[in-house]
Amino acid sequence: MTAASALLQYVISGATVGSTYGLAALGFTVIYNTTEIINFAQGEFVMLGGMLAVFALRWGGVPLPLAVPLAVLIVTAVGVLVNRLTIRPVQGRSPLTMIIITIGVSILLRGGAMLIFGKDTFSLPAFSQGGPIDLGGATLLPQSLWVFGITLLTVLGMKFFFDRTLTGKAMLACACDRKAASLMGIHVDSMVTLSFAFSALVGALGGVILAPITLTAYDVGILLGVKGFAACILGGLGNPFGAVVGGILLGILESLGAGLVSSGYKDAVAFIIMLALLFWRPSGLFGSARAERV
Amino acid sequence: MLRVKNLQVYYGMIHALRSVSLHVKEKEVVALIGANGAGKTTLLSAVSGVVRASSGEVTLGGKAITRERPDRIVRDGIAHVPEGRHIFKPLSVEDNLLLGAYHRYSLAKRSAVRHEIDGIFSLFPVLADRRKQVAGTLSGGEQQMLAIGRALLSAPKVLLLDEPSMGLAPKVVKEIFGHISKLRAERGMTILLVEQNARGALAIADRGYVLETGKVVLQGPSEDLLANRDVQRAYLGRERED
Repeated sequence: MTAASALLQYVISGATVGSTYGLAALGFTVIYNTTEIINFAQGEFVMLGGMLAVFALRWGGVPLPLAVPLAVLIVTAVGVLVNRLTIRPVQGRSPLTMIIITIGVSILLRGGAMLIFGKDTFSLPAFSQGGPIDLGGATLLPQSLWVFGITLLTVLGMKFFFDRTLTGKAMLACACDRKAASLMGIHVDSMVTLSFAFSALVGALGGVILAPITLTAYDVGILLGVKGFAACILGGLGNPFGAVVGGILLGILESLGAGLVSSGYKDAVAFIIMLALLFWRPSGLFGSARAERV
Repeated sequence: MLRVKNLQVYYGMIHALRSVSLHVKEKEVVALIGANGAGKTTLLSAVSGVVRASSGEVTLGGKAITRERPDRIVRDGIAHVPEGRHIFKPLSVEDNLLLGAYHRYSLAKRSAVRHEIDGIFSLFPVLADRRKQVAGTLSGGEQQMLAIGRALLSAPKVLLLDEPSMGLAPKVVKEIFGHISKLRAERGMTILLVEQNARGALAIADRGYVLETGKVVLQGPSEDLLANRDVQRAYLGRERED
């Protein structure tokens, strides 16, 4: 393998894993934008997506094309339940209280997954058959194409939702001014529920598309959550587009770090980037200080 | 149209409204004046459901709306333009207006709502020039017009305006008051207007109530209040003394 094709390989694998970071980051963004909560159970949604698909396939005998959407739907329902059972009862408290609650939820979900699914590592079959594709000396797995395609569709779908639909705009309205939103006749609670549903949905999608490539286990959510959060910071917290680009960028940097420096530093890259950004550019790469008259 | 009866509101230990009663008739402009902390904003918030009343009753056209959720009360026909305007700053002017019609919007009514938005633009032409602009970049007066336009799009029976003149230059204040009287004249709007600018508010109102530490201490036609010595001393700066 030449140096150029090795580099290309790092970028391809990085972008594949990074898509999942991006989707996790998108999940963070959606909830943050309507509630100012950083949902630290986001990584668990990603884990559950992959794990539930594996178990629907193994235990339930559900065929793969059904197991994947089924897993995503179940996680979406889990997202709604998390909001109903843990966030809504303490409504009106400071976002910090709620953030701590989400940490509790993440421990609960992880523990539950461990009890039900065990501590083993599982793999999910790729979505389609076929060998790797050769691309200038680098290999591209067909599953990577699924990952890119589904990520792109999700981002376009979200963009359409927030730019073009009144419900999307109502969610943004809740984010910037809850009181005014309720004075417009927007039922803020439903918007928050919807944001948890969306967030769980995109997180689970991220988990399920990546599971055939990286394997999955009950505890993958911790790192995926942290990296999703790092991707959020990289893209500018609250910016959905930035979140996904930040995720892909983070994946690529991580993969380059592992390939060119040492694979031991792979996970450190996310933390180094997060710290560097918080020191020098806390509004993220795509965030800018908002100017407005008061 | 709107009737408030013996309304009581507590903020913890603080008794913010002490058995306040008032009414606004159809197509009437009623001013609610009083000093800072008298309970004017609390009253409007209790009517629109943002603040919970502990006892008393609010009726709109005979229907009790006390302690309903704010998003329901909007549907019933009350639009509250809150103090400080509370427009959606990161969204465009057009989107702000569109969200005003949120509770009655559907694909079938799409063009009707568009048409009404155009109506707001002809009412406030400055907004038309800025329809794609982010609302946070508007001037104070323009933001106030946007907040009023947004409230009108909910097709209210009663409009509650909280300190529309707050923080605006005198010339702009005059313009805003002009718009408010036009709303009644041209659209037959029923308005409950809360103001610290008592003179300006009474000048365009039919009747007024004076609120002091959570109680209505005076009420009557605007001319009577403007001529009242106590009101002059407390709220009009004693200019009319003779």
